[in-house]
Amino acid sequence: MTVRLYVPRDAAALALGADRVAKAFSREAETRGLDITIVRNGSRGMHWLEPLVEVETAEGRIAYGPVRPADVPALLDAGLLDGKAHPLCLGGTEEIPFLKNQTRLTFARCGVIDPLSLEDYKAHGGLRGLEKAIAMAPADIVKEVTDSGLRGRGGAGFPTGIKWKTVLDAPGDQKYIVCNADEGDSGTFADRMIMEGDPFVLIEGMAIAGLSTGATKGYVYTRSEYPHAIAVMNDAVAIARAAGMLGPSVLGSGRAFDMEIRVGAGAYVCGEETALLNSLEGKRGIVRAKPPLPALQGFMGRPTVVNNVISLASVPVVMDKGAAYYRDFGMGRSRGTIPIQIAGNVKHGGLYETAFGLTLGEIVDTIGGGTASGRPVRAVQVGGPLGAYFPRALFDTPFDYEAFAAKDGLIGHAGITVFDDTVDMLKQARFAMEFCAVESCGKCTPCRIGSTRGVETADKIAQGIEPEKNRELLADLCNTMKFGSLCALGGFTPYPVMSAMTHFPEDFSPAPMVEAAE
Amino acid sequence: MNVHVPGSDVGARTLAIVSELKGLEGPLLPILHEIQAEFGFVPQESLPVIARALNLSRAEVHGVVTFYHDYRDHPTGRHVLKLCRAEACQSMGGDELAERVKALLGIDFHQTTLDGAVTLEPIYCLGLCSCAPAAMLDGEVHGRVDADLAKELVAEARR
Repeated sequence: MTVRLYVPRDAAALALGADRVAKAFSREAETRGLDITIVRNGSRGMHWLEPLVEVETAEGRIAYGPVRPADVPALLDAGLLDGKAHPLCLGGTEEIPFLKNQTRLTFARCGVIDPLSLEDYKAHGGLRGLEKAIAMAPADIVKEVTDSGLRGRGGAGFPTGIKWKTVLDAPGDQKYIVCNADEGDSGTFADRMIMEGDPFVLIEGMAIAGLSTGATKGYVYTRSEYPHAIAVMNDAVAIARAAGMLGPSVLGSGRAFDMEIRVGAGAYVCGEETALLNSLEGKRGIVRAKPPLPALQGFMGRPTVVNNVISLASVPVVMDKGAAYYRDFGMGRSRGTIPIQIAGNVKHGGLYETAFGLTLGEIVDTIGGGTASGRPVRAVQVGGPLGAYFPRALFDTPFDYEAFAAKDGLIGHAGITVFDDTVDMLKQARFAMEFCAVESCGKCTPCRIGSTRGVETADKIAQGIEPEKNRELLADLCNTMKFGSLCALGGFTPYPVMSAMTHFPEDFSPAPMVEAAE
Repeated sequence: MNVHVPGSDVGARTLAIVSELKGLEGPLLPILHEIQAEFGFVPQESLPVIARALNLSRAEVHGVVTFYHDYRDHPTGRHVLKLCRAEACQSMGGDELAERVKALLGIDFHQTTLDGAVTLEPIYCLGLCSCAPAAMLDGEVHGRVDADLAKELVAEARR
């Protein structure tokens, strides 16, 4: 009987040599006359163990990792195909504490199934949400999503159901569902992982959004930096279409929904929804003033739902298990689960889906295991390049939209980047301004000019030129950008800058420069 | 990566791509991606052809091409090495890695080695933030790029 072996195809696993490991296994199996089937699954999200190889046994799946191609012969000698012991053996995959302690709702299938097998998808609970939605009136679907408390996982945290209701109620014979998969924030990779590891859940979520709002066409706008995700999504859409999950009659419902994958061209600002819509229309990715809301005048001026990948991918489980089930996880007004992405200088980096409410310290120290370098954690940036830097003193902040806002920070797309004590916070503040200058769309002055002035001012502080005056100037500039910018790029760049200045003032008082005596 | 030197048939090849894709809603980005895949960059000669077919002004097409970091107006080297410059990679020594690679290649970002072998580009996030620092060589991703791996990648790109 053939033994099923799982070697991930997730980009993080590939970056650590998963393709070479898969090749080594097929080569060895051929030489030894072993009957194995290699499934290229998504990642389980334990990236420090990648490439994580799993074997299916009578006792469940047994994990080995991190596996290098050179380890393969010894692993087979030790009896990997029977789940036998080896120094790299991690035991039952589901028993690994990092995975066992999670609440996987959105990522339930990621890393478990063959991403492009619709049969696998169905066997693991897929399509149940869509089937339920087909039997419901559009307004009832919207109500279910609203009642679940699901909020936009892209960062803004706007209630998903309310957005859908606006589009449902908007007049128009053509409406659209646009999935924002322009995941440009450093420290985030949840969208990429779900697209590579469980693409059908996103397609299902978009189809449900279509049925609930009357939109018949969907677009996934993703990044050119994600070639693997693009390939998987394109294949998955073709498979879904061939199986009748997409097309003129979704699962035989008589209602139409179809979708396309579109690729950006390396512009961070296109993650902002109105810039994304302009880009999708084939224009420069310039931010639009709101109102009008995209829900009323979005893609091609028509009513459009713009949702993040994780928001849409969470809809199937909400529809399948019900609003109450989902809402029961979490705290305060942050309901359900959030896939936290632990990145940077961290021992146990990866994706950790859990209910809202863990403290930042638990996430960084307990789950992440501290730094990879072994040095003390000095700062963590939460929410990507536009998120605030948190010092250890704020590690008691619970992971919740409101709690982070109260500490002048944001959850954003739930990426956490850990830095050890070698980090220079003035340099990080300067980088935030530099990044804003590189990526600004140029429409509004505070962002376009302010960011460049910010870099210059940070440089002056670093050179010891009138540091006190320039620190005040930098703070004033941040204030102007925060309140004067049209979108979150210019508006949120002050978060990393101000938090660095507030929590790490010692880095902003360099020794005065001594003029070179030349 | 193969570098195509555009010849007199740029217009015809551009028109073929445009004709195939112009039926899409918002076709300009997909068209430009195809053109860059075809020629290795977006040739100036393509712009009026696209503009005419999509009923846009040449300035509008130029504006879109120049807005996005991905589109180039000149060919790259035979290989393109992209280094991630964003925060997660910085936290794991990305800046030092960039300096090392620049020294190994003898070029700065956005430049191509004199032998035409390698173009070095910065990239802001490959989504490999949990295995930083990250790099991409001709579409292949690499994580935890240390000094040895950097040397290996440069040697591979040099070939």
